[in-house]
Amino acid sequence: MAIAIVRAKDLFAAAMLFAIYSLLSAALFAVLDAGDVALTEAAVGAGISTILVLAVLALARRYESAIDGHNLLALAVVTVTGAALIYATLDMPEFGAPDNPAQVHVGPYYVEQSYPDMGVPNMVAAVLASYRSIDTLGEAFVILTAGLAVYALLSPKPRRRKRRRRHLRRQLREHRRHRRMHKGSSS
Amino acid sequence: MRENGILRVVARFLIPLIMLFGLYIQFHGEYSPGGGFQAGIVFAAGWILFVLIYGLDAALQVIPERAMYVLMVAGVILYCAVGIAGVVLGGHFLDFYPLLPGKHAAQQFGIITVEFGVGVTVATVVMLIFTLFARRKSEWKAAKVEDDQP
Repeated sequence: MAIAIVRAKDLFAAAMLFAIYSLLSAALFAVLDAGDVALTEAAVGAGISTILVLAVLALARRYESAIDGHNLLALAVVTVTGAALIYATLDMPEFGAPDNPAQVHVGPYYVEQSYPDMGVPNMVAAVLASYRSIDTLGEAFVILTAGLAVYALLSPKPRRRKRRRRHLRRQLREHRRHRRMHKGSSS
Repeated sequence: MRENGILRVVARFLIPLIMLFGLYIQFHGEYSPGGGFQAGIVFAAGWILFVLIYGLDAALQVIPERAMYVLMVAGVILYCAVGIAGVVLGGHFLDFYPLLPGKHAAQQFGIITVEFGVGVTVATVVMLIFTLFARRKSEWKAAKVEDDQP
């Protein structure tokens, strides 16, 4: 699925495949009993990001522009990083083992104490909004910053910039021709 | 899409349910999966469906753009205000215990208020981003920017 997304030249098809991929991960989270994460993935990954990507595609070209040749440096970087990550997973503890760091660090405290501390049955909400509320404040600021950035980029009224660019291109062409002529006369 | 009768009827039926589900996720978040982020997204998704069926102008009459700017900052300010209220009443920043006399009641009040702030911010930011993108094409036409895309 991921390979199909990368290989798709039609960006609408890529957006749809991406939405299906998100929905499948949401189903995976639901199978793993992580209701909050599944809900977020389904709403954000499959819903809103697809809609926003489609809204952007309405303004941009439909097809990816073709790139000739191969970027060997990028291939090397990706291969080395992927190999390092796969090597790192070999050191990870066994999935679901009782002595994992996830099970022995602060996890048991949250599991045992969140109801006596908060009186809130949903442990995820207790951890997010109370134990780790400064993190959540930071996330709210991230969302606000995203909104402000899009507002700053898109709220000014568009001007007739294509004309200006064409004008610049003509200037550049004339400049080059001038230089060539100059070089021809001097040699 | 706007003249399609089936879409209009189904959307008229679905939009209130989507928004109600968003509010349910928001305020039932301490008992079942949910919270401010998901609720804001679901609520904004209902609004975006309204935009797709009835047009942006009608939707901006329901929630004006100025209201989005105000609410998106108000959500974050509400979050900070809860945190500062904890400091003023003699605790740490974002410490909910001093807010109300009962221990559980204070925590629940803090969590619900904070999640509401997050939900308002997320919903209005998503609506604002969608509005800005959706309006861009008509702004291009109004400014006579030559569209170099096919």
